[in-house]
Amino acid sequence: MLSTRALGLTPSLRQAAFSSARNHALKNAIRSSIIVRRSVQTQSLKPEDGTTILNKQRLQRPSSPHFTIYQPQLTWIGSIFNRVTGVALSVLLYGFSLAYLVAPGSFDSTHVIEFVGGLPDAVKYAGKFILALPFTFHSFNGIRHLLWDSGKFLTVKGAYSSGYAVLGATALSTLYLMFQ
Amino acid sequence: MSVLSPAIRRLARASIADARAFTTSSSRLQAEPLQKPVMNKEFKIYRWNPDEPAKKPTLQSYTIDLNQTGPMVLDALIKIKNEIDPTLTFRRSCREGICGSCAMNINGQNTLACLCRIDRDTSKDSKIYPLPHMYIVKDLVPDLTQFYKQYKSIQPYLQNDNPPEKGEFLQSQEDRRKLDGLYECILCACCSTSCPSYWWNQDEYLGPATLMQAYRWIADSRDSNGAKRKEYLQNEMSMYRCHTIFNCARTCPKGLNPAAAIAKIKLELAAD
Repeated sequence: MLSTRALGLTPSLRQAAFSSARNHALKNAIRSSIIVRRSVQTQSLKPEDGTTILNKQRLQRPSSPHFTIYQPQLTWIGSIFNRVTGVALSVLLYGFSLAYLVAPGSFDSTHVIEFVGGLPDAVKYAGKFILALPFTFHSFNGIRHLLWDSGKFLTVKGAYSSGYAVLGATALSTLYLMFQ
Repeated sequence: MSVLSPAIRRLARASIADARAFTTSSSRLQAEPLQKPVMNKEFKIYRWNPDEPAKKPTLQSYTIDLNQTGPMVLDALIKIKNEIDPTLTFRRSCREGICGSCAMNINGQNTLACLCRIDRDTSKDSKIYPLPHMYIVKDLVPDLTQFYKQYKSIQPYLQNDNPPEKGEFLQSQEDRRKLDGLYECILCACCSTSCPSYWWNQDEYLGPATLMQAYRWIADSRDSNGAKRKEYLQNEMSMYRCHTIFNCARTCPKGLNPAAAIAKIKLELAAD
């Protein structure tokens, strides 16, 4: 016993003792399971059922991820920034105009100048930056769009060089307006 | 004789063995098969199985030895499917960038897997997604039904009620040159699915691939249906959702420029 254990023979010896009876049962079990599975798997479908199954599956299909996985590129990030700055500037314009309409006494130029004049310098510069950046970017990018619409810079290289030019012009003019 | 012969035979055998040793078995003269070092790289691939629709799409990680793989991403996908996971599903056919089947988003950019080299930097993993903002049939296979319907809607075939009496339509070399950069499109859908406008308005906006083909037929001197083709695009959604973003031209695996084609349609429509 000791020697067989040392050689690791015990399991195989034990198996040999039961092998004939066990093998028989096993074979039967495998055979019956195959038959059972086959009888479940086959089901007849009419040709038109294909469309039903397809439509059912179509309802469950997920939409693949898009802007979260797409590589950030000057092309589309610039376009999104153009849209965002355009919306922000419009909100500012319409918001200020409507406020002027609603409360003419408190939103005219003199009041605004008085209010801004009383602010600390840091807030003034930050405010100028926040206003100047969207304004200059949107303006320069607008010129870029006009050039595109007249048929210029319509290559990937043109799109990139004009994009970097807009970024450079925006940075310079924003700084100029900030310290003006 | 009988005593001598075994000795002679042995001698002869030995000399043959020597000759062999001299000519062929000298291992120093032969190039040894090079054992390339293992170069494991991780690929993270988008998985979704329609048989288990409740399970959310996940990224599954596979690591393969780049020194036992071909140079392109498609080679890696095929290797994974063959050797690691046969359930991984993707479209592929020509493996040389002419069928457009294996279009997918690799490391954040839409391209053909067969034309995209594997980044040999093993410290970074490679992420593979299906084409963005498309309904997924399984894993990397998007449903392109809508894309093909849109292509069909622009009637992509020659229309001319006055065919020449004899022979074929003739075209000047200059007119033929106008079609260069347009006709090469393989409709892989890389450009359309890279376009944010197409992401948000897929149901009505035709998308760069279809619009470039629309221009391909507008620009063709042999086609006489240009006015109607332009009229079809003269509305808010079909073409004017293009905001000249340039993702299409940036991503095109064939180096074509749908953005420029659309800009030219806009110019022609403005001149009408």
